[in-house]
Amino acid sequence: MYPPAFEYAAPESVEEALDRLAEVGDEGRILAGGQSLIPMMKLRLAAPAHLIDINEIAELAYIREVNGHLAIGALTRHADVVRSEVVAGGCATMASAAPWVADPLVRNRGTVCGSVAHCDPEGDWNSVMLAVGAEVVARSKQGERVIPISEFVVDFFTNSLRPGEMVTELRVPRDDDRSGGAYLKLERKIGDYATVGVAAHLRLDEQGRIARAGLALTSVGPINLKVTEAEEMMVGQEPGDELFAEAAQIAARTCEPTSDVRGPAEYKRSVVAAYTRRAFGRALAGARGET
Amino acid sequence: MTTTHQPATPFEMGGIGHSVRRKEDDRFIQGAGRYLDDIQLPGMLHMAILRSPIAHGRILSIDTSEAEATDGVVAVVTGEMLAAHGLAWMPTLSGDTQAVLATDKVRYQGQEVAAVIATDPYVARDALSGIFVDYEELPAITSPQQALEPGAVLIRDEKEGQTDNVAYTWEAGDKAATDEAFAKADLVVTLDTHYPRSHPAPLETCGVVADVNPATGEATIYLTSQAPHAHRTLFAIVAGLPEEKIRVVSPDIGGGFGNKVPIYPGYVVATAASLLIGKPVKWVESRSENLISTGFARDFHMHGELALTADGRILGLRASILSDQGAFYADAQPTRFRAGLFHICTGSYDFGAAHVTAKGAFTNKAPGGVAYRCSFRVTEASYLIERLVQNAAYELGMDPAEFRLKNFIRPEQFPYLSPTGFVYDSGDYHTALRKAMEMIDYEGWRRRQQEPHPEGKLIGIGIASFTEVVGAGNSRTYDIAGLKMIDSAELRIHPTGKAILKLGVKSQGQGHETTFAQIVAEELGIPFEDVKVQEGDTDNTPYGLGTYASRSTPVAGAATAVVARQIREKARKLAAHLLEASPDDLEWEPGRFFVRGVPDKGVTIQEVAFAAYTNFPEGMEAGLEGVHYYDPPNMTYPFGSYIVVVEVDPEDGTWKVLDMVAVDDCGVRINPMIVEGQITGGLTEGFAKANMQWITFDENGNCIGSNFLDYLVPTAWEAPRFRLGETVTPSPHHPIGAKGVGESATVGSPAAYVNAVIDALWSKGVRNIDMPVLPHRVWGALNGVEVAP
Repeated sequence: MYPPAFEYAAPESVEEALDRLAEVGDEGRILAGGQSLIPMMKLRLAAPAHLIDINEIAELAYIREVNGHLAIGALTRHADVVRSEVVAGGCATMASAAPWVADPLVRNRGTVCGSVAHCDPEGDWNSVMLAVGAEVVARSKQGERVIPISEFVVDFFTNSLRPGEMVTELRVPRDDDRSGGAYLKLERKIGDYATVGVAAHLRLDEQGRIARAGLALTSVGPINLKVTEAEEMMVGQEPGDELFAEAAQIAARTCEPTSDVRGPAEYKRSVVAAYTRRAFGRALAGARGET
Repeated sequence: MTTTHQPATPFEMGGIGHSVRRKEDDRFIQGAGRYLDDIQLPGMLHMAILRSPIAHGRILSIDTSEAEATDGVVAVVTGEMLAAHGLAWMPTLSGDTQAVLATDKVRYQGQEVAAVIATDPYVARDALSGIFVDYEELPAITSPQQALEPGAVLIRDEKEGQTDNVAYTWEAGDKAATDEAFAKADLVVTLDTHYPRSHPAPLETCGVVADVNPATGEATIYLTSQAPHAHRTLFAIVAGLPEEKIRVVSPDIGGGFGNKVPIYPGYVVATAASLLIGKPVKWVESRSENLISTGFARDFHMHGELALTADGRILGLRASILSDQGAFYADAQPTRFRAGLFHICTGSYDFGAAHVTAKGAFTNKAPGGVAYRCSFRVTEASYLIERLVQNAAYELGMDPAEFRLKNFIRPEQFPYLSPTGFVYDSGDYHTALRKAMEMIDYEGWRRRQQEPHPEGKLIGIGIASFTEVVGAGNSRTYDIAGLKMIDSAELRIHPTGKAILKLGVKSQGQGHETTFAQIVAEELGIPFEDVKVQEGDTDNTPYGLGTYASRSTPVAGAATAVVARQIREKARKLAAHLLEASPDDLEWEPGRFFVRGVPDKGVTIQEVAFAAYTNFPEGMEAGLEGVHYYDPPNMTYPFGSYIVVVEVDPEDGTWKVLDMVAVDDCGVRINPMIVEGQITGGLTEGFAKANMQWITFDENGNCIGSNFLDYLVPTAWEAPRFRLGETVTPSPHHPIGAKGVGESATVGSPAAYVNAVIDALWSKGVRNIDMPVLPHRVWGALNGVEVAP
C-alpha cells in the first residue's frame, strides 16, 4: 500500500502547529493517531499535500478533572481512556465505550479527539459525546473557542472547525453519584465498525426521577444521531423498563439505518430498540449504585 | 483399529510422536525470515498493475502516453504488447485460458489491464493514474443462476464454440441405483444451501521477482509458490522458455492456504518485462489486490436430498451443485474431476447409492475456486452431508448423534468402497464421536438445553463427523495439468553424520523443516536437529507437485520414510563391514546397529556415515544418499468428530460458542504439537466462515470484501476456545501410518457451528441459515423476515 507523496512536519508546540496549519491552508491535515487518515491515504481515498504531525506535542496528552468536567487532550489515546481511573470514576458512558473502540492495536495509537473530529457516523465516540453533552475545544491563531458537540458534528465526515483551527481538547461533564451510563455495540468482530451502537446516560434527581437523559446512536444515520425526542420525554419520569421501552421505540422510529452487508434496515432498528432498553437498564443500575 | 502411538526414539532424537519445537521458528520469531518482498537485487525495477474498475466491459482504447512520460517510468505494458509475443492469454489449471492483460474485454472488477515498470514502487503506483482506458460497459453477471438465464450476456465471447456461460458439467455415482433407493424411501430430506465465496487471505500477499539474464537467457524467478516445480514446468510451457534455463525459487512463504497454487498474470507480466528490459522486476500485490483478484474459494450453490427409512437408515443421496467459477475456469484440481473431489459427499455414512451432478458457470468475478484448505472441495462436500444428516435426524425425531452412530461405516468395513468410487483406507468413526460426546458431556448439554435460560437465550448443540480425502495421487487417477501427483525426497548423509533432506513440496508455515526431519530421525536415528530440510529451489530439490490439499505428509512424508529406509539398508552393509559381521546378524535400534546377542558390539549411524566416505568395503559405491519418488497406492482418509455448543441471543441474532471439542484422527502424528496447531488454525478458519467471512458483490459486480474492514478475519478475541482430542487409526498403506491433517478442521468444522445454531433454533421452525451465519440472518430466520444477503 503506497500513499501519494506529501509534505510532512512535526511541530513541537501547539503554536508551531497552528502556524503551519495557517500556512498550508486547506491542503493540510493534522496527524494524531493516524488510524483513519493513514489507511485512507494508503487506499488513495485521501491525498493531503501536507501532514502536520502533532505526536511531538507531549503537552496534549492528558486526562484530568477540571471544574466538574473531564478534560481529554488531543493526544490522548483510546487505550489511555481504557486504563484511566479518572474516566472510570468520572464518566460511566465513556468508560463503557472505550474497550469497544476499534481493536487493541488501533486503541494504542488512535486518539479520542481525532476520532471525534473525523465525524465518521460509524465512529463510537461521537455517540458517547452526544449522549453526555461534551464540548470540543478548538484553537487557531485567532484564539480558542468551545463548541458544543451537537454543533461540532455537522454531517457525514464533516465538523464545524474553521480553516486554521485544530481540536486541542474535549470537555466531558463529570458524573455525579446519581449518574450512570453505558455504551452497547453490536459488531461482527473486534475492530469492526458498529452495526449498531447505543450510548445512554442518566442522571437522577433526589427523588430518583430522571433529571437528565442522554441517548445517541452509532451507524444508523448519516451522522451519530442524538435522540432528543426520547431524552426530553424521559426527563421528570420514573425510570424503569416501561419508560425505557418507550424510549427504545422512539429511537427505533427516529434512526435512519440503511441496508448493507451488516444487515437490513429493519434489523438495525430492532437492535437499536433492544440495545436502548439494555443500555438504559445498565445506566440506571449505575445511577442507583447497583453495579 | 484405534491405537495410541508410543515414540520409539528418545525426545532429544525427536523421532515420530515427539512435540519438539519447530526448528524454523528461530528465524521467524526473530524477524530473520526471508520472504519475497525482502529480496533486493541490483538494478531491480518495480511493477504496479492497473486493474479494471468495472466488472464487465469492452476495452475501446488504452492511452499510456502520460504514464510513459512520468519520471522514473521505464515501461508500460499492455495486453497488445504481450499479444505480440503470444503472451496475452495463458492456460489455467483446469484446461481453460485466462487473460494475462486484458485485450478485448475486462471480465471482472480488479482484472489486470496494464502494468507500469518503474525505478521505484511509489513511482510505479503514481504512474497508474496516467493510463487512460476507455470502456464500453456491459451488463455484469453476478451469480451463476443469472449466468445461465436464457439471453444472458456471453462472458467468454472470445472462446471458440462457447455459446453460453457454462464452464463445465460433470457427474458421478449411479443415477439408476440412486433413483431406486429414493423410490424405496419412507422420507426424503432436502437442503438447499450456498457455501459462500471466501478467500484464503494469507498474511503475505502474492509476488514475484523475475530476474532474466539478458546474456544467457537464464531466468531466476523468485515466487510465492506452493508448487515451485510444477510452476517451473508451466512457465516453460506458457512462456516457451527452455526448462533448464528456468530456476524457480520459493523463499519463506507467509501462508498459502491454496492462494499460492495458481500462476497469476502478474507473475507472467513481470517475467516478460524482465526478459524484455534485461533487469530484475519485482511485483508484490497489495492486500486489496490479493483479495479482489487472486484465487478465491468455494462459491457452491448446493442442493442435496437424503433418502431415509422410517427407522433411521440412510438409503441414498442426490446432490446437484452449481458453482460460480468467475470469469475463467481456473481451479487447481485433478484433470478428470471437474468439481474437485466433491463427490466424496457421502461422507462417513454407509449407504448404497449416490448420484452427483455438477455444473459450473462463468460470472463477472475473479477466477479461482479450489483454495483455502479445501482438499479439492471436500469442504463443500462435507458441509452438505453433515448439514443434511443433522436435519434428517430431527425430521425422523432422532438425536443427531444417535442417527450418526446408526449410519456410520463400521470399523470392520474398511477398506470401504464408497458409492462414488473412493476407497476409504481406514477409520473408526464410532469411537471418535463417542469420545467427543464424552469430552463435551453431550448428555449434560442436552439436559441443560431444556432448562429455561435467565436471559432468554437459546442453547444449541451441533455435531460434524467428517471424512476427509487427502494425499493425492495415486498417479493413475490424479494429476494437475497432466503432471502426475507424485512427490519425492532426496536424502544425503554427510560424513559427520549430519544430513540434508531435499523435497519437492514447499512449506508455507506447516513446519516441514521440523516434521520431515523427525521422519529421518525416526528411520535413521539421526537427531532431528542434525537434519536440514531444503525446499523451494527447483535447481536444488527433486521434482514434486507441491504443498496443498494436505498432501505433503502423505506423499513427500512417505517418500522421506522410504528413502531413509533405503539408506538404512546400505548403512547396514557398511555397519557389517565395520563390525566384521554378516548384515543379517545385525540388529537396529534408533541410531545404532549392533551384533545380535552382543549389544556392546555396535556402531552408530554417525560412525557408519563416516565410513561411507572414509572406509567403505571394496566393491561398494561410496556415499550414503538416495532419492525416492513416491507414488501413493491410495489417498489417505483422515476423519474426526467435532461438537460445538452455542448460545444464541434471539434479540440481536448474535451467537457465541460456549464449548467446542474436536476429536481428530489423522493416523500416526509425527509432531503432535504441530498437528494441534494445524487443527487449531483450521477450527478458527471454520469458525470464520460460519460466523463472519465471505466475499460478496453488488448488482454491478463491485467486490465487497476487498479489504480487512469488509473481509473479516477472526482474531484471538473472536476465536472460540477449542478442546482437542484424538484417536489414532493408522493408514494401512502409508509407510509410517500417517494421514494428512492440514485441512481436516476447515473441512469438518463449519457444519458443526452451523448445526449448533440450527439446533438452537429448530424448535422455532428454522431449518437452514446459509453461511456466514450473521446476526441479521439469525434474526431474520427467527422473525420470519426475508433477509437479502
